[in-house]
Amino acid sequence: MWKYLLKRIGLAIIILLGASALIYLLSMLMPADYIDNQTSAALQSGAMTMEDVMRLKELYGLADKSFGGIVKSYISWLKSTISGDLGFSFLYGKPVTKVLSEYIWISFMIAFISYILQIAIGIPMGIKASVSQYSAYDYTVSVFAMMGTALPSFFLSALLMNVFAIKLGIFPLQGLTTATTVFAPDEHLKILLDKAWHLVLPITVLTLLNVGGTMKFTRTNMLEVLNSDYIRTARAKGLSEKAVTYKHAFRNTMIPLVTSLSGMLPGLFGGAMITETVFAIPGIGYMALRATRQGDIPFIMGYNMFLAILTVAGMLISDIMYMVVDPRVKLS
Amino acid sequence: MEKTKIENDYILEVKNLKKYYPVSRFSISKNRAYVKAVDDVSFKIKRGTTMGLVGESGCGKTTVGRSLLRLHDITDGQVIFDGKDLSKIPEGRLRKMRPQMQMIFQDPYSSLSPRMPVGEIIGEAVKEHNIVPKSEYRSYILKVMRDCGLQPQYFYRYPHEFSGGQRQRISIARAVALKPKFIVCDEPLSALDVSIQAQIINLMKDLQEQYGYTYLFISHDLSVVEYISDTIGVMYLGSMMEMGDKKRIFENPMHPYTKALLSAVPVSDPDVKMNRIILSGDIPSPVNPPSGCKFRTRCQNCMDICAKKAPKLKEYEDGHLVACHLYSQD
Repeated sequence: MWKYLLKRIGLAIIILLGASALIYLLSMLMPADYIDNQTSAALQSGAMTMEDVMRLKELYGLADKSFGGIVKSYISWLKSTISGDLGFSFLYGKPVTKVLSEYIWISFMIAFISYILQIAIGIPMGIKASVSQYSAYDYTVSVFAMMGTALPSFFLSALLMNVFAIKLGIFPLQGLTTATTVFAPDEHLKILLDKAWHLVLPITVLTLLNVGGTMKFTRTNMLEVLNSDYIRTARAKGLSEKAVTYKHAFRNTMIPLVTSLSGMLPGLFGGAMITETVFAIPGIGYMALRATRQGDIPFIMGYNMFLAILTVAGMLISDIMYMVVDPRVKLS
Repeated sequence: MEKTKIENDYILEVKNLKKYYPVSRFSISKNRAYVKAVDDVSFKIKRGTTMGLVGESGCGKTTVGRSLLRLHDITDGQVIFDGKDLSKIPEGRLRKMRPQMQMIFQDPYSSLSPRMPVGEIIGEAVKEHNIVPKSEYRSYILKVMRDCGLQPQYFYRYPHEFSGGQRQRISIARAVALKPKFIVCDEPLSALDVSIQAQIINLMKDLQEQYGYTYLFISHDLSVVEYISDTIGVMYLGSMMEMGDKKRIFENPMHPYTKALLSAVPVSDPDVKMNRIILSGDIPSPVNPPSGCKFRTRCQNCMDICAKKAPKLKEYEDGHLVACHLYSQD
């Protein structure tokens, strides 16, 4: 077990190194870097000369775009990263770690609530659909699940915004707080409710997008288990259909389900880039998209490394969970 | 007044059992094609005896076994178990009756839930049906395990930790823990090594002697069937071809199919001259079975009448029934 963990962690380090090198190379090769973006207007109006721009690039470490230069700056990035310093975000003017830790929580909250909803809605729907396979319920739920999965998030967001915010006016259009009302700093409950009210639509979008996947996954795995021989054994024992479904079928469906769902957990910190941007919610995904557009290399690197670590951690967690829930599996 | 013992000494009576499976769910034509897995089969089993059911793969043996316990609904016919017609009993009451009729499945690897320890596999339904008082539950399960040759420390182990033979012992313990009267054994030996087969079949015989179970023993291995059965039924393509006491079937097989099957049984003496009857061709599709006698396409003694008329199952000797035109059908 410990040997297995060590091996996996060693492997994860190699993956992270490879990913970081690739991302670094790609972001350095972007056609317009941060300085170009910031100075293009000034350059055109003549307020700055090309030399000023080059001096600025020198200062930000963006001047040398030759392969050797990129390698050199990558190595220096790597050194400071290993020592725990992710550098200073160009765009936000703060240490990358600080930006991450500041904006991560709102993203996590949205993602976590929709994750819970996704489980609470998707799994029972999947079970019901599998138990009554090919019924009207099964078809209806499957079609809606597929629709949710197939819809692009920006389209679904726009649709909900149009209906619920613009036409009906039930929910706010964008943002996290109501700009027109000023709350006293001690009105915690009101502030919280205001925020929650703003988060209803984005959470709905994320839930609708993901619930189909969970439902389908549950349904497929349940069907596989329901057709297995030991379910027939359970029926032959004279157990009630409820005991067959939950005690025998669902218990065995839990193996892939827990594995995949627990693997998603770390990803909840990653933010929902498009949904957050459409709803203008200052979460980590929204910040990352802005930073990427501007060529904020330290932030891009920091954020993407953070995502890579979350992914690797997710895989590790699902492997460990697999062992926890399935008595047949011993990791070695 | 002395209570009269139930006169009916047949625990199970099957009358004109039919089980058809539709070939396609989305058939356009009105005449949907059916796989006639079991086509008009009737037989009886005496209390405390074993009936062997033999036939090639796909001849409907397993479907018969499952139909008897109504593990799936039957298309037509009656299954009378202990005087009650199982096909008419509502689901809820049938569930309460299930302990009386149990099944041992073919594959000991897939028929046990992988996430349940052995003790729970055996005991789950014992609790559900209150077979023994709660206080005796544990000692009862341990006793059943001992009866079936399982050690008490296996109680908390999972099925994957056992070999095939031990798993089949668990399956048997699971079935007999419910104190059944009738057990369908669906090829319980076919997944096991020959040496293990002997152990398991002896275990089943011992249990029968001790507790008086009635078995329906489904198998394609004639030597096993000869060893354990009192009566034998030979099936081909969903129909009963020959049926009768073991002795009569083995000493005087009448149906050409039974003869062919018996001639194929291996004999351990190399000097014995074998007169094997080789059946040519494959078993025909059960969707479009041959007209008349289903066996005629592979029968050595095929006559004109065989294509025209299906032979009826008729009694020629005491308790020996054959369906073949070679013998007078009147």
